[in-house]
Amino acid sequence: MAAAHKDLGFRLGTGFFALLLILIVVAIGVELTQQSMRSLRQFGLDFWRTDIWDPVSGEFGALPFIWGTLYSSIAALVIATPIALGIAVFISELCPAALRQPLVFLTELLAAIPSIVYGLWGIFVLVPAVRAFESSLPDSVRSLPIFAGPPLGLGMLSAALVLAIMVIPFTSSVAREVLKSVPAAQREGAYALGATRFEAIRAALFYARTGIVGAVMLGFGRALGETMAVTMVIGNNPQVSLSLFAPQYTMAAVIANEFTEAADELYLSALVEIGLVLFIITLIVNTLSRLLIWSMARSGAATPAPEPAAATVPGTA
Amino acid sequence: MTTTIRKLLSSAFVGFCALSVLIALVPLAFILFFVVTQGVRAVNLDFFTHMPRPVGEPGGGMANAVVGTLIVTGLASLMAVPIGIVSGIYMSEYAGTRFASAVRFAADTLNGVPSIVIGVFAYGVVVLPFKQFSAMAGGFALGVMMIPIIARTTEELLLLVPGSMREGALALGATRARAVFSVVLPAALPGIVTGVVLALARIAGETAPLLFTSFNNRFFTTKLNQPISTLTVQVFTYATGPYEDWHRQAWAGALVLVTIVLLCSLLARFATRRLERMHARS
Repeated sequence: MAAAHKDLGFRLGTGFFALLLILIVVAIGVELTQQSMRSLRQFGLDFWRTDIWDPVSGEFGALPFIWGTLYSSIAALVIATPIALGIAVFISELCPAALRQPLVFLTELLAAIPSIVYGLWGIFVLVPAVRAFESSLPDSVRSLPIFAGPPLGLGMLSAALVLAIMVIPFTSSVAREVLKSVPAAQREGAYALGATRFEAIRAALFYARTGIVGAVMLGFGRALGETMAVTMVIGNNPQVSLSLFAPQYTMAAVIANEFTEAADELYLSALVEIGLVLFIITLIVNTLSRLLIWSMARSGAATPAPEPAAATVPGTA
Repeated sequence: MTTTIRKLLSSAFVGFCALSVLIALVPLAFILFFVVTQGVRAVNLDFFTHMPRPVGEPGGGMANAVVGTLIVTGLASLMAVPIGIVSGIYMSEYAGTRFASAVRFAADTLNGVPSIVIGVFAYGVVVLPFKQFSAMAGGFALGVMMIPIIARTTEELLLLVPGSMREGALALGATRARAVFSVVLPAALPGIVTGVVLALARIAGETAPLLFTSFNNRFFTTKLNQPISTLTVQVFTYATGPYEDWHRQAWAGALVLVTIVLLCSLLARFATRRLERMHARS
């Protein structure tokens, strides 16, 4: 009996610490909402529909920031996804066993390098290179709206490139785990039907599609919230532009740059609101991505037979 | 489709995958190359023992920032190590329960919160009430980031410990607490220490949550209620400044940061390998 009491004490004691984790997440939401009340009340939804950001005259429109955040993150995904999946396939399916561990270590090192170091490298190495590339493009290409504007180097293209490099290790490591959970029978079946390597791996990728989408979304979540490296290379100009060459701004970057300068309460409140929305967006994206990866891991363990095969046999459903 | 085309397509695909690896390794090599070649020009003993010099005067170091980073990460660990480890114990001991799943969900959520948002949170919770940027606020922000990493590592490593060890302790009449703290936890301890080291390496490189919590300080301080300089924020200031000397110091700071991260990763890799081998044997 005494032991049971002690066990209850242990459960409650450790449970209290565990509860702290939940409380912190809730506290972040509550605190950000409270601090952004002023801005929420004053601007309402217009905050996200207007594109003029002029703190001096008290005009706060956050459209350029959400645009810049989505644009840079999606552009980064477009670059990073094929590469990340290629790496995942190479490491898990193609490469010699002796190479596997070193390659995993090297790609994960990419995730370990601090964001500020990416930013520093971005400013002094990547941006000049991007500028040279931009100037070298012929005028006929430069007249397209997506490449419009002077070749500054600082701008959306540099931001997307840095983000892509930073996102690759996250997407590829999750995709690798997901591929691992594909039953060997999937590939063996494909090979038995005379498939080439590509066709067998394509079958495995198709089988793992939910998890792969989850891996890509996880990278998306990382890209949305990335701050320092983007702040240092995107040019920090609040405008909504389609051009990859134009200096733009992101939600995380405007908070990083202007938070300590925000003199009046409304200004600060507007910045906190941007933080609140960033918090909510990443929360949704990350949760969705985890659900996808999780459902993939479960279905991989529980039902080795894919749906189409089961559907063709009458009476099994 | 003829077999030849299918075979060609297959080889092209294999080639693309190998190329992807190269594409990812090129930036890694480039970054490490620049950080090392640019950084070694300014890293010497002075970097760690001297204060920054005024612009134009050569030499000087970042002693204040080095100490600041140690203090802020130290404060973060004081907060995050107990909370992280104990909640990790809860998640592994009561793994099947609903509450444990909720805690796990909260940990993963917290892990995904952008670091800049954590900074805004810490500003509201610690800086505003005390009306003062402080080392404590910076430590709090980094601590919040560290908790979920440590909690999840602890949980995973505790689950790796063979159930027979726990059962043996319980069979000898030990309480659950006794079994965990004297048998299960010690078995997983090397791994947990590794996890803590990795978490430290990660947060030592964080800048965004410190910008408006610990802020920056030109002077040497160890006071916890004062703004304090850190390596990362200092690198940011130097990198975005106009002076050649500053840029050199920024690269030096980056080299120190990368070295810390690299050493910790290597250490962790070595330690986990040993742990895995131990686990395979038992």
